[in-house]
Amino acid sequence: MELQVKDTIQWLEKINEKIQQNKDYLTDLDQAIGDSDHGINMSRGFQEVVKQVNSKDYNTVSDVLKDTAMTLMSKVGGASGPLFGTAFLRFSMGIKGMDAVNQEAFAKGLEDAVAGIMQRGKATIGEKTMVDVWSPVADYFKETAKVQAEDVVYTAKNAMEQTKEIMATKGRASYFKEKSIGHIDPGAASSFYVFEALSEVIKEEE
Amino acid sequence: MERVGIVLISHSSKIAEGLKELISQVITEVPVEAAGGTEENEIGTSIEKILESIHRADCGKGVMLFYDIGSAKMNAEIAIEMAESIEVMISEAPLVEGAYVGAVESGMAKSLQEVNNAVEKAF
Repeated sequence: MELQVKDTIQWLEKINEKIQQNKDYLTDLDQAIGDSDHGINMSRGFQEVVKQVNSKDYNTVSDVLKDTAMTLMSKVGGASGPLFGTAFLRFSMGIKGMDAVNQEAFAKGLEDAVAGIMQRGKATIGEKTMVDVWSPVADYFKETAKVQAEDVVYTAKNAMEQTKEIMATKGRASYFKEKSIGHIDPGAASSFYVFEALSEVIKEEE
Repeated sequence: MERVGIVLISHSSKIAEGLKELISQVITEVPVEAAGGTEENEIGTSIEKILESIHRADCGKGVMLFYDIGSAKMNAEIAIEMAESIEVMISEAPLVEGAYVGAVESGMAKSLQEVNNAVEKAF
């Protein structure tokens, strides 16, 4: 795989489409174990991201992702703003100075993003958060010789579905204790859309 | 005389404004700033609002932040990273009571560390 500026913008546009289409679903998930604003917040955030990245000319993938981060941080409002924002910010810093992002660089970016999310949210794996999707996807990129589009979706989807069985100990969902079991984590679900969108971009390349 | 500034961070702009009103009725010499809600005043918190409030509340002696739930703390932490030159501390005390105690202590011209210690001791 190789990601150029235009592919990155396409990735963000596809994320936005999926978030807009599933806005109500994300809000429903959040209603069960949170404060039911996740869909609204994410839809506002990514709408602004797409507006932002289409209004400028970019030279590097890193710059696109940096603007994505800043927009999410200032527009989302809920916890997903600083968390997704930090993820994209660390990602952009991890691939700084590279013209095009190949698999190795992408894996590095993802690894930095996961570290950022964990640090910002003081979370680790297995706590029913977005970490539970980002982390296995980052591992997949690092450990696989040649990334396949279907494997990216499979890894992310499987990881998202597993959050259903976990009891939340971090974030707003942790107030719900045992009641949080049986529900997919909303942050894990929107993270799945991020990687589903990515896999579609990779597929077009294959 | 310079005082430690107080910033009130809440998911609701009404909570932050209401608390500011409550504190300002008794303590007038301390800079108290409300950073509640998103940029559109919806439920949530905004890094930019928090950052602006930190700048307004600072008169050279540093700023103490009080927050309510969830993302408020994360956004406060990012705002602190962006505030760079200003000395800022986040209090883990409950928003209403903590900020009230903090403002009283600041009114006695204490340092940022002293205000933080006093608030921590109270809860």
